[in-house]
Order: sequence, then C-alpha cells, then structure tokens
Amino acid sequence: MSSFNRALTSTLGKKLIMSLTGLFLCTFLIVHLIGNLQLFKDDAGKAFNDYAYFMTHFPPIKAVSYLLYASIIIHAIYALILTIYNKKARPVAYASYAGNKNSTWNSRNMGILGTVLLVFIATHMANFWWKFHNDQVPYIEYRTDLSTLETQATEISAGDFIDYQKFTQDGEEITKARDLYKQVSYAFQNPLLVAFYVLAMAALSFHLIHGFRSAFQTLGFDHKKYVPIIRFLAVWIFGIIIPIAFAAMPLYFFFCK
Amino acid sequence: MLDSKIPEGPLAEKWSKHKFNLKLVNPANKRKFTIIVVGTGLAGASAAASLAELGYNVKTFCYQDSPRRAHSIAAQGGINAAKNYQNDGDSVYRLFYDTIKGGDYRAREANVHRLAEVSVNIIDQCVAQGVPFAREYGGLLDNRSFGGAQVSRTFYARGQTGQQLLLGAYSALNRQIHTGKVISYTRHEMLDVVMIDGHAKGVVTRDLKTGEIEAHEGHAVLLCTGGYGNVFFLSTNAMGCNVTAAWRAHKRGAYFANPCYTQIHPTCIPVTGDHQSKLTLMSESLRNDGRVWVPKTVELAEKLRKGQIKASDIKEEERDYFLERKYPSFGNLVPRDVASRNAKMMCDEGRGVGTTGLAVYLDFAEAIQRMGEDTVRAKYGNLFDMYYQITDENPYKQPMRIYPAVHYTMGGLWVDYNLMTSIPGLYALGECNFSDHGANRLGASALMQGLADGYFVIPYTVGDYLTNLGSFAPVDKKHPAFEATRKEVEDKVKKLLSLKGSKTVDDIHKKLGHIMWEYCGMARNENGLKKAKGLIQELRKEFWSDVTVLGDNEELNLSLEKAGRVADFLELGELMVDDALNRSESCGGHFREESATPEGEAKRDDEHFAYVSAWQYNGDNQPETLHKEELVFENVKLTQRSYK
Amino acid sequence: MSEKTMNLTLKVWRQKNENTKGKFVTIQAKGISSDMSFLEMLDVVNEDLTRKGEDPIYFDHDCREGICGMCSLHINGQPHGPKQGTTTCQLHMRSFHDGQTIVIEPWRAAAFPVIKDLAVDRTAFDRIQQAGGYVSVNTGGVPDGNAIPIPKIKADEAFESATCIGCGACVAACKNASAMLFVSAKISQYALLPQGQAERYDRAQAMVEQMDKEGFGACTVTKACEAECPVGIKLTNIARMNRDYLNAKFFKEKTIHS
Repeated sequence: MSSFNRALTSTLGKKLIMSLTGLFLCTFLIVHLIGNLQLFKDDAGKAFNDYAYFMTHFPPIKAVSYLLYASIIIHAIYALILTIYNKKARPVAYASYAGNKNSTWNSRNMGILGTVLLVFIATHMANFWWKFHNDQVPYIEYRTDLSTLETQATEISAGDFIDYQKFTQDGEEITKARDLYKQVSYAFQNPLLVAFYVLAMAALSFHLIHGFRSAFQTLGFDHKKYVPIIRFLAVWIFGIIIPIAFAAMPLYFFFCK
Repeated sequence: MLDSKIPEGPLAEKWSKHKFNLKLVNPANKRKFTIIVVGTGLAGASAAASLAELGYNVKTFCYQDSPRRAHSIAAQGGINAAKNYQNDGDSVYRLFYDTIKGGDYRAREANVHRLAEVSVNIIDQCVAQGVPFAREYGGLLDNRSFGGAQVSRTFYARGQTGQQLLLGAYSALNRQIHTGKVISYTRHEMLDVVMIDGHAKGVVTRDLKTGEIEAHEGHAVLLCTGGYGNVFFLSTNAMGCNVTAAWRAHKRGAYFANPCYTQIHPTCIPVTGDHQSKLTLMSESLRNDGRVWVPKTVELAEKLRKGQIKASDIKEEERDYFLERKYPSFGNLVPRDVASRNAKMMCDEGRGVGTTGLAVYLDFAEAIQRMGEDTVRAKYGNLFDMYYQITDENPYKQPMRIYPAVHYTMGGLWVDYNLMTSIPGLYALGECNFSDHGANRLGASALMQGLADGYFVIPYTVGDYLTNLGSFAPVDKKHPAFEATRKEVEDKVKKLLSLKGSKTVDDIHKKLGHIMWEYCGMARNENGLKKAKGLIQELRKEFWSDVTVLGDNEELNLSLEKAGRVADFLELGELMVDDALNRSESCGGHFREESATPEGEAKRDDEHFAYVSAWQYNGDNQPETLHKEELVFENVKLTQRSYK
Repeated sequence: MSEKTMNLTLKVWRQKNENTKGKFVTIQAKGISSDMSFLEMLDVVNEDLTRKGEDPIYFDHDCREGICGMCSLHINGQPHGPKQGTTTCQLHMRSFHDGQTIVIEPWRAAAFPVIKDLAVDRTAFDRIQQAGGYVSVNTGGVPDGNAIPIPKIKADEAFESATCIGCGACVAACKNASAMLFVSAKISQYALLPQGQAERYDRAQAMVEQMDKEGFGACTVTKACEAECPVGIKLTNIARMNRDYLNAKFFKEKTIHS
C-alpha cells in the first residue's frame, strides 16, 4: 500500500485526487441539470417534487450522493492543501508580474473561483437541501384525474402530511409530497440571492472551462485527435450550456413567477 | 625531450596494439584511485562518467552553475563518424585522410587515425544514451555533408548537436553522481595544479560562491577546459570560456603547443558596435545552400554601406560570387580558413557590405527559388530566426550579412599519444589539447574529438599511468605542496583584489582583443607581430598598475573572476604572438602574409615547419623555450591543399 | 537595422548573498543602443558602476546565443522578458522604448534560492536529473547506432522534448513555481525512445519524487510555462509524465522506488 500512499501524497497524486473528484462533480452537474429542468415544467412542481423524492430516497442514488458530498469536501480540502503547498514554493513574490501575458485569468485563479463555488454550494444546500431534509418546506397534495389526466394541486398542512405518498383512490392518483418547488420559487424572489446565483454560475463557467480540460491533462490524457473534443466539451457544455441553464432557473422564477 | 609515445607498427593497428600494451588496473584497485576532471563539456563529462563506470572515484569541477552548461552545448552543426551508412565511399581511412589534409598536415597521423577509428563507437554510444539524432523516414540515422566534406558522414540533431551530445554525456555523468562515484563541484574555478615530485597530484580551486580556496587531491588530473578563443575578447566562445586552467598548468610545466593556430569561422553575424560582448556563429551548414557574394565594384559597395541602395538593387552581373569564382570545384563549401580569409580580402579591397563594411552577403534567394521557402525554412528555420532576432533583418527577404569570427583554437596543451601533458599525471582532453586538428579543424570534428578523448581514449590510457605509480595509497593530503599551492593562489587573489586603478578589466580585455585581432588574427606578418608583442607587454603593465578590481573574495565577484582570467590571457597573448612569429610559414588557420602562393593562398613550408611547437614556461616575463616535435608522415603524401 | 539610442530606468534587485535581505535599487541606464542585447545593456551599466567604484550587478550568463540556459532574469513581470520564444541573452533592446522603466528580478522559487543579485541556485534541476534522467548504459558494448530503427516522427518528438535548455523559466513563470515542464521534458525524451523503455517507469517515479523533495509547486495547467519557454517545450510532456507516473504507481507490479 505504501506505493499508493506515496502516489497520493506526491504532487501528482494530489492533483489526481483533484482531477477525479472534479470530473465526478462535472458528471453530477449534468444529472443535476437534467433533473432541475423539471422546474421549467408548468405542473405546479409535481414532476420536480417527484424527482426530489426519488433523488433522496432511491438507495443507489443516495449512496452516490454521499460520494458527492465527500467529493466536494475532498476537492475543497485538497485545493486548500495544494494552494498552501504552492504558496510555499514561492515564498517571495515578484514585484512585477505580468501573468496576463502568458496565461488566462481563470487558470491562475481557480482557488478564488472555487471559493465562490464553495460558498455557493453552502448557500444552495442551506436553502434547499437542509430545508428539505428538516421539514422546513411546505407540503403539497396533487390529485390527478386518471381519466382526464388533469392535476389539481393544493397546499396541505404539516398535520396532513405523514410522508411522501402516492396512491390511487376513486379514479384519482393522489400524491403527497414536500413542496421543494415552492421553496425554490419562494427563494428566488430574493433579488440578492438571484444575483448571487448568477454570479456563482459565471464562476462555475470559468472554473470548468479550465478545470474540465485540466483534469484530463492531470490524468495524462492527451491525444492530438481527442483533446479538441475535450476542449469543445469544456467550453460548450461546461463553460456555456450548463452554467447558462442553471442561471436561467433563478432568473425564470424571479422574472416569470 | 618530447616523447610523443606514438606506438610502432602500421597506422591502422597502432591503437589496437597500444590498447593491448597498456597496463590495466585491477577492478578492485580502481576504487583506490581518485581522478580529478576539470571542465564538464563533452570531453570532461564523457571522461568523468566513463572513468566512474570503471570504478574510479572522480571529482568534477566546472565554473558554470551546472555541468550541462559547458560551451560544448553551443555546437550547432554535427559530429563526424566514419560509419559509411550512406554507401558513398566513406571509411575510417578517408576520415583520417580528410582530417589530416584539412589540418594542413600539421597533426599527428597516429592520433588522427585513432580519432577516425573510434568515431564510429561514439555514434553508437550516443544513440544508446538516448541522444535524439536526426533520422530518416525509415527510422535510420540521417547524415549530411558538412564543412566541405565530399561524403555525408555528419550526424546531427537539428541545429543543436552540441547540446544533445552534451546532455547525453551529462546524463551519463548524472548517473555516476547518483551512485556517488562522482562528486560534482559546480561554480568552482580551477586556479592551479598541485605538483608533488614532478607529478600532478591535485588542483586548487576557488568556490565562486563563497570565495573559499581549496586544494583537492587526486592521483591524476584531467584538464578538459576548452579553448582560449576569448583572448580575442570577441569570439563565438561563451563569456566565461578562459585559458586559466591550461595556463596555470603551463606555468607548472605543461608545454603549450601551437598556440598561434586559431580558427576563424566564416559564418558569424557581424559586429555592430563597441558594446558587443560576443559574436554569434551561424552553422556552417548555411553554406550548403547559401551563396556568398559582394558587389563587383567598390562604388556599389560604398552605396550599400551608406544605405543608398539595397542588396536587391544590385544586378546579377554586378555581383561577385567570389568563392564560386575562385574555387569552382568546392565553391561556397571551401574549408573555414579559406572562406574566412577570402571574406577578409573582399572587405580589405573595400567591397565589404553593411554599415561597417566588415561583412559579406550570404544569399538564399537562389535556394528559396530552387527549393521553395518552406523547404529552406525546414532546413534552416532556427538559424534564420536567430539571425532575425539579433539583426532585425529578415533573411528570407534580404541576404544575410556574415563576417568571420574567432571560433576554435587548435593549439592547446601539448599531449602525447596517451593525452598526457609534459607533466606526469596531468592530462588534457578535447579542445584543451592540441592534438588532432593540426592547423585547421574541419567542421563537425570538435564534438568528435571531445567525445573520442573522453569516452574511448582516456579510460584506457589513464590506467597505465596509475599502475605505473606502483602504489595504491591515497594521495597524502597533508603534503606541504597542497597548502603551499593553496597559499600561492590565495595571495594571487589578494593581489588582484588590491588593484584599484582607473580601468575596468573589460577595458583591458577589449584592448587585448583588438591587438590580437589586428596583428594575430586572420592574416599575420612579421612587423605586425613584433609590434603586437610590444603592445601586449605594455598592456600587461597597464593591467597590473591601472586596473580596478572591486569587492571581496568571499562572494560572487564578477570583477575578480574576470581579472584572473584576463591576467592569464595577457600572458597567453604574447606566447601566441611568439609562436606566430616563429612559424614563418602559412598553414591552415595560421596565415603569414610572407608565405603565400601567387594566388594568395596559404603556402606551407614542410621542409622547415613540419613540427609541433611546444613551448616551455620559464618564469614571469621570461622568454619561453621552444621544443619541436617533428611530425612524421608515413601514410599520407604532403600536398598543397587545393580546393580549386 | 535602424539603430536608436535610449535612456532607461532600471529597478534592479540587489542582494549581497543568500543570507541577507535584498532590495530594489534604481539605476539609470543612459545611451543604450537598440541593437544591444539585454545583457549587453547590463554590461554597459556594470562598466559604469565599476568605474564609479560600485559593485557591478551579478547575473548569470554564459554562451549568449540562447543555448546554454545560464541566463535568467525576470524582466517586467516575465521570465526572459517581453519577447516569447527567446532567452534574455537573445532579447534585444529594440523590444524596449526610450524612457521606459524596467523591473529586473531574479527567478523566484523556494527551490531556487537567490545567491547574489539576479543569480539563483538552480542545482535542484541537476539533482532531479541525477535521480533518473539517464539511460543506464556504460561506455562501450552498445549496439550499432542503426540497430534499432526509430520512426522519424518519434525521434523528432523526442528531440523536441530534448531541446530543453534547463534555464528554469518554466518555474519562474509558473504561479506555483512548478518544475513539471522541465521534469516532464526529460522524462518524455526517454519515454519516446526505445532506448529509454527499460527504465521508463522507474525513471518517472524517481524524478517526480526528487522534484517534490526540492520543493517545487504543483501544476495548475495555467500553461504559463509553455508560453514562456524559450525553446517551446510543450505541455504535452506534462501529460505524458503524469501518464507514466500514475501508470507506474497504480498498474506496474514491481517498483524500485516503491
């Protein structure tokens, strides 16, 4: 095992951990985005709330979610360790430093971008994850007429809610769920929060344009034919589409709801 | 008196027989010996690594911050080897013959033949080390014709063969440093040889960082310290290249051979002004496709110099492709000395170009038309870029300006066939010795010689000396000679530091350079040389009375480092002049105006000068004693070199 | 070709030795020709200082033709100055203009301590090479140079990696003072050649380990090293090093440097 140990404590090993956790977080973003697209569905949040229940209760996904939390923490801790390590490698700074002449701003400031993202994740989880798990969100009941497929939604009180339920009664499908959708809609009425989300997504864009590509470089993946594909994905998927789609959500609720 | 120890027997068998006759050191006893290697260029690094591999303890010294920076690194063109991979008629004998002839019959046959023999092993060795030589599409090694050779025997790694070969030797050295067999001292300058009972038993060095002056003991000392071209101030040598190690050894009794043989390289970037610190060489390979010319008339040249017209304004029939005109069979590929001298003649006639008039054109217009700009770029791109960088002129659009510059010194410490100097136990390898290039070195031969000496000669010959010592005892570090020599060096450093005059060391060095270039450069004559001798003596006095050396010993001290080196150049310069005066014939790089053919070509005088001049030091400001080693030619017929 | 003369203000880092603190000193450089190289400009300044009895500025330099790797200098925020693909000795004053202020600093890295003024100790690079930057063959007894054909494309790529001059600009440029470009170039050269295969994975491990020991930073892939490298060493080398290193650590059964 000492070989593994050494491997992981070397600079390359630390970067390997950064790269693997980072790439895992990237894949999570895709899943997260696809799920959250339900927010744009005009069904009083039924699909979204179903999805929220599924994500928090389907055992394999639950297991993956712990991996996810661990990845975020490890990614952040290793980033901190590496930043300190790297600072030590240059104890005396240059008086004159023309970084823009030889590198991009985001590549030099991944730590700052990452910190913004960490604060964002904390805020995001406090707003939704924490409230969802600690019964601080409203409850809702959906009644879908199975013959017409029309759904009616009514807010219910905590007393009427025991747990997430889905059952059929008198030709109607009744769903009782925690209304995370309303919580989202409510939270995004706050202009400061919306602004922060948009800012964080900008940070995400810069972080991923550099990070996604670099992760492959760290893993040693470098190939004349395939690197352009990675570069394309980094810019278009992770740098543009994902952050814009995510940023669209708070804006959608703020302006359209 | 001078025993060159050339083995008996037929030329081609001398080295094999000699290797057999040399005594061997038992593997278990090798580790009882310590060998000091000064200089870590091709010769030094290859010697140190090879000796350590055999089991000797080795200490290496270099003045640079890393062994990898020795000036061998700057060699561009390539390395010759008689592999005959091209099936174009090359052979060991042909390489031997070309080298002897190229050296204008002033080198030893036996040494040169040995060099040609081991040349093939060098390539194999370097390939095995991972030196990335240029290759053909089939995966085999590529060769090119170089420096006027009629066969393609030059192996190369784009325009930086020297760097790649040196990094190969450096990697072998690193491996030995890692095993602990070699201790490497960097930023250390050797300042003296320690002599015990007439044998070299160590060196005194100055740690350039701390100023500490230390004595190091060893059973043998190898000087691999390069040439002395910087005596001219401006040369293609690195700024730090110096003669100090060799000169201090000379003062301890090592004879200095043929000091007047210096090579002036034809394709350098011309001087622009007084501020210039060094001259930049561009590979001779440029002459493979570039055409050298000047305007036919002085009037046109004058207009060019004043900037009234451009090179492109001069019509084809108004151009004088003087090398092609004078040497139809070799054309632009005549040997270096011939090309250089002709460029100087053109400038002396007033047909030189550039603002100073000290330049000729090297024109690629025809090559670009013939091969296309892309091919030219692929072949010479890095050289063109370098030229553009330095001169701010685009060589794809206008012809390059070139002028000769001091590049290599064929002279050096006298050594016998075993590479031992006249001091027992003191060896000289590579450019530091005089042995293989005669009066003129062919292109791509310096790398070959440095590596031949280090990889394949010294590992055999040094063992013989060590065995003959008759003892495996360590060198007695307590011997008073160590402290005495150390003290002498310390006193000399103190003396230098006490100099507080009005001139800088560079002032004196530049003056020396001017004297040497003017009177002991591309063309020499008796009156000029006599004048130079007086001027150098005066300059030496000026140095010791009016130069200023700042700072302390105990620090990195630029003035002090330079002062020590220039003090030695000031002594060497006079010896060069003496040697040039003595040799009233012309040969190779040494052109005495009194000895020329009617066409103005160098004319040798084999009857009186077929010898090596080996000079013996007799004390400060004393005339040196000349010893002559007759050169015996049993295999080649001495002919007048002709490249017509 | 058109020579101009200029006056410059230099802010130069002066430091007596490793153990003393340094500071910036302002020096006026007058009558500098645009045809001078940067180091020749410093020569002129030094001659002036010497005449005034002041200690000349110490800087490392040797070949002055861009190949020995001895010259360094961080000039106006960039290693080897504002021009890319060139060493300081090949940088000419025509890249500057009259009246300009030029800040000249030594390479800054924990692994490259300043030893005087603008000169730093780069022996860390030597130690990394000593750890494994070689093919273990003794002199003599090697196969013929043409015994193993090497595809030209591989040989050329190995050559590109081998062109590193060891100047340290990559470390100086990197915000983390990382030496990965340097280390990976050497690892790559041997990894690409058949001669280097026998020790390929041991070499990668040994050299990376030594690199870490010397206190160089980690790679953040800013590509500053590649941009500032005077000989154009590519970032691809770092990927190759990572690949070999990780491969060795995770998939090779025997490891000498565990």
